[in-house]
Amino acid sequence: MGKRIKVGIIGPGNIGTDLMYKVMRSPLLEMSVMIGIDPSSAGLKRAAGLGITTSSDGIEFLVQNPDMAEIVFDATTARAHAQVNAPTLERLGKIAIDLTPAAVGKIATPMVNMKDCLNEKNVNLITCGGQATTPIVYAINRVVPLEYAEVVTTVASDSAGPGTRANIDEYTQTTAKALRLLGGAERAKVMTIFNPAKPQMAMRNTIFGIPKHRDFKIEDVRASVEEMAAQIRTYVPGYELTVAPVIDRDVITTTVTVEGQGDFLPKYAGNLDIETASAVKMAEMFAEKLLRERGELA
Amino acid sequence: MRTVKLIDTTLRDGSHAMNYQYTPEHVYNICKALDEAGVYAVDVGHGAGVGGSVLQYGLSKHSDEELLSAAAEALKNAKLCVLLVPGLGTMEDLKVAYKHGARMVRVAVHCTEVDVGAQHIRLGKELGMEVAAFHMMTHMTTPEALAEQAEMAASYGADIIYIADSSGAMLPYDIEARVRAVQRAVPHLPIGVHCHNNLGLGIANPLAAVDAGAEFVDGALEGWGAGCGNTSTQNIAAVLEKAGITTGADWYKLAEAGQKYVRPLINRPLEVTNEALVLGMTGIYSSFYQRVLAASEKSGVPARAIFEELGKRKVVGGQEDVILDVVLELQEKAKQQ
Repeated sequence: MGKRIKVGIIGPGNIGTDLMYKVMRSPLLEMSVMIGIDPSSAGLKRAAGLGITTSSDGIEFLVQNPDMAEIVFDATTARAHAQVNAPTLERLGKIAIDLTPAAVGKIATPMVNMKDCLNEKNVNLITCGGQATTPIVYAINRVVPLEYAEVVTTVASDSAGPGTRANIDEYTQTTAKALRLLGGAERAKVMTIFNPAKPQMAMRNTIFGIPKHRDFKIEDVRASVEEMAAQIRTYVPGYELTVAPVIDRDVITTTVTVEGQGDFLPKYAGNLDIETASAVKMAEMFAEKLLRERGELA
Repeated sequence: MRTVKLIDTTLRDGSHAMNYQYTPEHVYNICKALDEAGVYAVDVGHGAGVGGSVLQYGLSKHSDEELLSAAAEALKNAKLCVLLVPGLGTMEDLKVAYKHGARMVRVAVHCTEVDVGAQHIRLGKELGMEVAAFHMMTHMTTPEALAEQAEMAASYGADIIYIADSSGAMLPYDIEARVRAVQRAVPHLPIGVHCHNNLGLGIANPLAAVDAGAEFVDGALEGWGAGCGNTSTQNIAAVLEKAGITTGADWYKLAEAGQKYVRPLINRPLEVTNEALVLGMTGIYSSFYQRVLAASEKSGVPARAIFEELGKRKVVGGQEDVILDVVLELQEKAKQQ
């Protein structure tokens, strides 16, 4: 087995635990430490049960044991990341992958701009809708520039945590910003729907685009989007184009459903799976660069 | 004598039926007539509320600002009301609406998801607006679960709890049970109802709700609105008067306003069509109605089959994008047979 890069996770909740299982599968990452602040946390116990080092000392553990991780996922809260974890990780010289809405670092998604972020020390995962739809807007926009992009994301109510619910406006605005900055659309709007149906539905995203001109072939748009979906499937296997781009009255419509891998979170929670899977993919891209620089890539 | 406040939504729910093409002139004339007829409040804007102009529904011909300014100019006594659907409309949109004269907001959430509207309810109160928590699609939940949502809404500061039968899918005793359950949970808050006529119960349902204690009733002039329309404002005003309940509105002036300004805009039958019955029976959000009929005409897939498949998928308000999938899938199935 080749060399791996040590990884730490702060925040042993549902997201942190799902991340842990994905890291354990990675050929480039070593699941080194799970960090929380509550010694009785179920997530810390679960990690310890798998033979992983755990600590309930919070970020202080890394200050004392800086060799335990080169890359650190933050799955806590925006406030904890911005006020405590981000500045500490920066001081320690660690690479931070931020799954909170804090957006201290550059917003990134693996198949659009991650290659340009490999010299960053802090990257942010945008939102689940942003991970699912920014690449599609980008894939359309590279064929025909979009004057407007609109995303309608519907997720199972059970997969939307209290943080997202209480801050739905911030979620909406952050996603829309990513559609513009990374996707390339001139204007963007986002709509989010929570559906309580049982059995729970998988995450569903409809992406509408208004092209700036009609001098393009929809087949080219389709090919670009299908290529992007195939790339995303390498790290999110449940990422499916349910409606490949179709055009009707100057509006390009694409629908993507995302089913999760069911590592720790339920399968219907594709919205959460695409967050954790994208975060791990980003960590692997960092790890690959570090190992290559050190001549340790097997 | 009991009183009930009427909120007219011709210019908001009717916007769905108008394909979002209302002009400031329509808004001014209808608001002026409603104000003179004495309704409590007038609900204005895109069918999906402030910030609702999106491709998912259809784009507004005129902006929220233009329509609200025209309304504010016309209204002397009635309150200017807007709808805000969290996840689509934002706090920024609400501030813009307030700036243009809105003094009442209904924060519209799916009947089990009121926590998504907490920040918008709080903002409405901070701005000094009258705030209703507007629970949509309440046929999809139980009276007890709805009552819990009402308690949450009250804890965020809502002044009114609205119960909407967005699919026109309920019977009088269904809405009555919900009004009573909410009343038990939040006895200090008034309750409002918003009904659609898809099963022909657009008057019977609010009447049952008022009997059970509801204090606000929505209507639209001529019964205009999504699906096969809302409760008719002039009709419910007349019925309530006959029942000895004061609304403060003159039903005949409402009837005249409807005749003069709304009747000429109505471009499709408002009777309970067979498709409206299917809509009510399958419990689909009323704004799907025209979209499904158009998709059916274009694709040749029968409207009933589309509605029934949407019903199986338990779609909620705002999920119009599923219509395209369903049509493509049903076409594919038809080809295979």
